[in-house]
Amino acid sequence: MGELLSYNRAYIAAFIIIVLVAMFVISVVVGRKETAQRDKDEVFGDPERTRGGWYWSACGVATLLLVWFYFSWGVGRAYFPEAANEMCQVAKLEEVVSPIKAALPIGSRYFKSTLLVARNTDQLDELVTQVPSDVFSPDEQDELRNIIGDQRQLMANSSDPTQLSAQTSSELNALVGKISLLADKLKSDPTSLKPTEEALAQPKWGLSIIEIPVLPTTSRGVLFDTVAGEAADITTLFNKIRNHPVQNDRIISDVKQRIQNLKTATESDDFDAAAIVQRNKYIKSVERIFKRLDDGTIFPARALEEVNGAIANLDAAKDHARGGLAWIESLFFPGQGVVKSRTQCTEQGSARWLPKPTDVVAEFLTLSNPDIEAGGGYKGIPLFWWKWLPLQDVVGFFVPDSIADIWPGEYAQLGPDGTITPSFKDDLLAFARGEAYLGAIPMLDGHLWDSLFRVLVALALGILLGVPLGLFMGVSRFFKSFFDPLIELYRPVPPLAWAPLILTIFGITDDGKIFLLFMVAFAIMVISARTGASGTQLSKIRASHSLGASTSQIMRYVILPNAMPEILTGVRIAIGVCWGTLVAAEILAGTTGIGFIENIARTVSDYELIWVTILIMGILGLMFDIIMRWVIARTIPWRGKG
Amino acid sequence: MADLICENLNMTFSNPQTGGKVEALKDINFTLKKGELLSVLGPSGCGKTTLLNMLAGFINPTSGTASLDGKVIEGPGVERGMVFQQGALFEWLPVSQNVDFGLRMKNTDPAKSKRLVDKWLGIVGLQGFGDTPTYQLSGGMQQRVALARCLVNDPEVILMDEPLGALDALTREKMQSLVLELWKETGKTIIIITHSVEEALLLGERLFVMAPRPGRVHKEYNLPFAELGLKESLRDIKQKEEFSEVREEILTMIWNMEEEIMGHG
Repeated sequence: MGELLSYNRAYIAAFIIIVLVAMFVISVVVGRKETAQRDKDEVFGDPERTRGGWYWSACGVATLLLVWFYFSWGVGRAYFPEAANEMCQVAKLEEVVSPIKAALPIGSRYFKSTLLVARNTDQLDELVTQVPSDVFSPDEQDELRNIIGDQRQLMANSSDPTQLSAQTSSELNALVGKISLLADKLKSDPTSLKPTEEALAQPKWGLSIIEIPVLPTTSRGVLFDTVAGEAADITTLFNKIRNHPVQNDRIISDVKQRIQNLKTATESDDFDAAAIVQRNKYIKSVERIFKRLDDGTIFPARALEEVNGAIANLDAAKDHARGGLAWIESLFFPGQGVVKSRTQCTEQGSARWLPKPTDVVAEFLTLSNPDIEAGGGYKGIPLFWWKWLPLQDVVGFFVPDSIADIWPGEYAQLGPDGTITPSFKDDLLAFARGEAYLGAIPMLDGHLWDSLFRVLVALALGILLGVPLGLFMGVSRFFKSFFDPLIELYRPVPPLAWAPLILTIFGITDDGKIFLLFMVAFAIMVISARTGASGTQLSKIRASHSLGASTSQIMRYVILPNAMPEILTGVRIAIGVCWGTLVAAEILAGTTGIGFIENIARTVSDYELIWVTILIMGILGLMFDIIMRWVIARTIPWRGKG
Repeated sequence: MADLICENLNMTFSNPQTGGKVEALKDINFTLKKGELLSVLGPSGCGKTTLLNMLAGFINPTSGTASLDGKVIEGPGVERGMVFQQGALFEWLPVSQNVDFGLRMKNTDPAKSKRLVDKWLGIVGLQGFGDTPTYQLSGGMQQRVALARCLVNDPEVILMDEPLGALDALTREKMQSLVLELWKETGKTIIIITHSVEEALLLGERLFVMAPRPGRVHKEYNLPFAELGLKESLRDIKQKEEFSEVREEILTMIWNMEEEIMGHG
């Protein structure tokens, strides 16, 4: 069932989107109608208006989800499930052709030759002014200037169309011909082309780690894929074409020899070490430019114009072949479309970091699947499940070993016959250490439970210790003044500032996080209980005195219930702050927990998982608050009415 | 011998900031026999509430003693019940548990408590309201609960600190009748502090008019109206000539005191 839903998630999304659009339209219609009806008798700023209406809520939810679907390419995938695959084939062609384009104005404004000449000229101009006169003899300096002059001549020859060699010329012509053939091929009707079995067997878009299936699955895709394959050969051909005018051959061998001479001179004469370094450095920078010129990558502008035109033609053919796909891409795939990298095609733009709603749900279902073997859970731990917890682990955690030490009696000693008879003290020690088998109890388990457990334990400790202290601080000068500095010393420090210290001391186990959260909850509970207790009306305390209540009875039956509103508000705040602090603490250190999942997902850029954890945390935080609001409404209905 | 006796009662408050001393009460001497109904009247700052707090045991006198049944009052006690102006009810408890409070503190048997609570709720006219939250009650009903809560403890003296001050005129009159009825039925000693001259006259078998600076009993009256109130309607009593006479006399007296204070000021 889950498999089926997961496999068909694009169709499910298509259905949901239709429902959302309907919901949007209906709510707007109803909302406008209702508003028009009430417009007459409503006053601006009337508190009645703040109650809103379900239709605008429905409208808001639909809008939000539709925006999410749209920018995550969810709409695109729902209605054009093959579009990404086709875009991938187009991207293949673009990737293949990009080296040629990079050398032409069509891809980079200038011919690459223009840029090369400009750069070389700049560098030669700079070199001429910087000939080091102290390490080169005047003759050598002249020689260097001549070499630089010859290099300028090399560039001039390469840029001259009349000196273009016949071979280069014919190679370029052949290239243009091939590109034109390719363009014609793109214009041909692709319907006869059929995708391969292998391509059709690929996982659908978004269903595997390889986001978009790479092999073409449509006729148009096959056409682009074939063309891209042939274009790869053309690109290889283009990269091999060189321009070596005949006039350059003599200059090149000549300059090569003269540079070699200068190098030899450096080695033979006895220059000091610093001079050698300086000579070599200068000669090397002259030689570097020479080697680039020797490579023959500068072409006369006119010679490449035809290639530029052919590529423009190919682009036009590509746009023609894309046909409706171009419209779909610009309407439903906001961002930079699909980009082909070495081995795969990836979504670019908002869809890269904003996963599709259906994918998020699928990821959540995988995560919450308790069957680890089937790939559920995360890092071998389920999200929220149960397990058998050995009772001795609990006992070992809570019962201190020293109980056995203080128990009267002796630990067993080695007897003279080589046997050891354990005493009761030994059994007690084994019990306290959690080594004695005591059976097992079912216990909640999983990342989410670990996070909840930390918050709940810390909160419980904070309430159990904080509320009594707060109450006493609210009624007693001693408690107030004695404990106030202690609490006010640590409370103003942001909890996350404590986290590195506490996590370092306690390590990555639960203890540290629970202690950190306890600190947070304790301070909040003390302050809220204190405020509640000190706010008790004197007349109530006097009345209970007169009714015969003792001091402890007044604490229990008057001051505590009187402080309940503040205490519960404190709990509500403490849960929120603890939850926030916990996630941060789990991100800092931990091996389980919802924050841990998010942190690992971050390091591997698993956007879907990051969003799932964010949504889980948001929903849980909301649930805590709703529960607390319900508890407050139930337990202190008198609040604000006393 | 259930008399309330005050002997040379003095109370001086010192202001630590100014170092000045205020004589809130000076040389208060009186004896209240069991079952007497005393109302205390006076301008603001004459020490009425201080006197009551001292009798309740919330504060201790600077010198002199107050004693009930020969026992010196040194702290709050069940035998001296207190009713406050605003009821001072426990809003987290329903009516019956508010009334029950004193009994629960003494670990009284629940069945017995319930009987007592039902009885007293009936007497103050709140039968059927046992499970109602107190914050849903009107001001007059809240004061009835406060009365029942005090009476269920069976105190010897009931101290009332402007118990009807916050009520509207109609409710107030009803409550005045209720106080008189309770006084008649239970035979308790009752001290009522009030701002209203009429109320003091109606609810006072004896009446102290107190004067400020230092706080003292200026004049004492013995009045017939409380007894009369048990038989006649309170409104008829207010119409009587002797009632008006005393009322005018006291009003003038208090008026003069206020004038004097302003003059001094």
